[in-house]
Amino acid sequence: MFTLLQVELYKIFKRPRTYIAFIAIAGLIAIIQLGLKLDGDAYVSFVMSNVEQSFSFDGKLLNGYLVCYIILQLLLVHVPLLIALVAADMISGEANIGTLRLLLTQPISRYEIMFAKFIAAAIYTLLLLIWMAVLALFVSIWLFGTDDLIIQKTRYLVQLSSDDVFWRYIGAFGFALLAMLTVAALGFLLSVFAENSIGPIVGTISIIIFFTILSTMSIPIFQKIQPYLFTTHMVAWKDFFDVKVNSDNNVIKGTLQNKSQIIHSAWILIAHIVFFVGAATFVFKRKDILT
Amino acid sequence: MESVIQVQNLSKQFGEISAVKNLSFNVPKGSIYGFLGQNGAGKSTTIRMLLSLVKPTEGSIHFFGIPLQHHKKEIFKNVGAIIEKPDLYGYLSAYENLKMFAKLNGIHPTHVQLMNQLEQVGLAERAKSSVKTFSQGMKQRLGIGIALIHNPSIIILDEPTNGLDPQGIADIRKLIIQLSKEAQKTILLSSHLLSEIEQMATHILIIDKGKKIIEDSAKALFNPAETIVEIATADNAHTLSLLQNSKWQSAIQFNRGPNIFLKMHYNEIPAFNRDLFQWQVPLMMLQPRHSLEDYFLQVTANNFSDEIIKNI
Repeated sequence: MFTLLQVELYKIFKRPRTYIAFIAIAGLIAIIQLGLKLDGDAYVSFVMSNVEQSFSFDGKLLNGYLVCYIILQLLLVHVPLLIALVAADMISGEANIGTLRLLLTQPISRYEIMFAKFIAAAIYTLLLLIWMAVLALFVSIWLFGTDDLIIQKTRYLVQLSSDDVFWRYIGAFGFALLAMLTVAALGFLLSVFAENSIGPIVGTISIIIFFTILSTMSIPIFQKIQPYLFTTHMVAWKDFFDVKVNSDNNVIKGTLQNKSQIIHSAWILIAHIVFFVGAATFVFKRKDILT
Repeated sequence: MESVIQVQNLSKQFGEISAVKNLSFNVPKGSIYGFLGQNGAGKSTTIRMLLSLVKPTEGSIHFFGIPLQHHKKEIFKNVGAIIEKPDLYGYLSAYENLKMFAKLNGIHPTHVQLMNQLEQVGLAERAKSSVKTFSQGMKQRLGIGIALIHNPSIIILDEPTNGLDPQGIADIRKLIIQLSKEAQKTILLSSHLLSEIEQMATHILIIDKGKKIIEDSAKALFNPAETIVEIATADNAHTLSLLQNSKWQSAIQFNRGPNIFLKMHYNEIPAFNRDLFQWQVPLMMLQPRHSLEDYFLQVTANNFSDEIIKNI
């Protein structure tokens, strides 16, 4: 099993297509960091303009933690597209080039193939997020330094002490991994049905876009179905940046305002992953390979 | 002779289409078993069922007496295969492809062993080249190298010379004969070309529209002293009835429209002709089919709707 996993990872990282996502993330993050480095203060003033009359801020508002938060907000919508490039190609890509039948005539069960392929896709997703974390968090800290993180929510401001932020990023990236694994599992499921990778890749991206639109539209009829859409729960990483306050309205360090919501969303995403991968394995086990 | 592959009453239905119908055959150990049929006859579907790529609708497959359905992993440690054209990982080199499939078979060959394997299939000089730069013949040879990397005792090759130039075909043929004679491998080889099977096979199975037509040793089928005699008569049913009640009963193969096919020695033809004359059969044509190719084309011709009277 470990050998099969090694082989699957070897195949993923030998393909030039794999590195498109790493290069795209590096490029996008670099552009955001460059823009904020050159004109970040103006951007922060603009964003905070409606609260600057009520509050006065000390220290560096534009610090590495805030830059990382801005990057995450912008990129976590697009990363699923990059995940789909690899995950939705795992089975269909092999069917397309004809290697699937060669693989299936080796002394390996179909369950093992599916398991190894999904784990390989999951490791790819993990590495992509680690890459993103290194560039978005550590490089931003190096470029912009650290200070308290101030985030503007819809109806209030959250101020997180600089010594209370780092663990939240670890939590947020961990949750983002779960969200991205859900995307990978969806791509993996669609991959089983197709004989070329374009259909599953476009299919995965279309479902994500469609569900994300439904998840974000504040129309009553859509709001009723939003709790059942996995895309609604994919953004729960933001809850790591909300904190409890005491009766004097002072922040309680190390707390999470919506901890139960984060746990609930995590379970829903895990259930989706199990369902998507289980369904993919069920279908693949019974599928006649005719390509 | 001991059989290493036993197929019993194998059928495959794709919706309304019966790709394989109640097919049974046995592959003897050490044989080159030629699996012959025209395009669409059901060869590839049968081979895909043998390799667990397609699930049979009915029937059973045993390798070494072990049922395939529940022991695929165990069996495939001893089986190497190429299905149609060997599609490999184009972005990897020949060496990397070979090493990867060796790993999947649970073996970890040394650099020397891998290079020897590439040498055997004539690709040592291109070991580091990306497979996407290979010709069809080179890919085919690498596919055979991969099929052999774990030293299997059974090799299954589906149309291994498809798309190859004459030199490529000759190379593959030589390699197959060498594997059978020198390495004592059992080889199941499918083709729609009789000429190809004729030059290598020790046993032959002919199928048409998913049904078995003939299964016999090549020696029996290619016996130069025997031939297939085709006769056409004005009253086919009456002639058939006469033949079935005569000493020629065992020679009858099948009838098709006004024609009846019999297998006999060349020196029996005059006696056969005399009998037909004595019975006053309204004979319109009597023609020996000189080669198995004639016979193969007859039995697998389009619109074939004969009632097979007897399989050899």
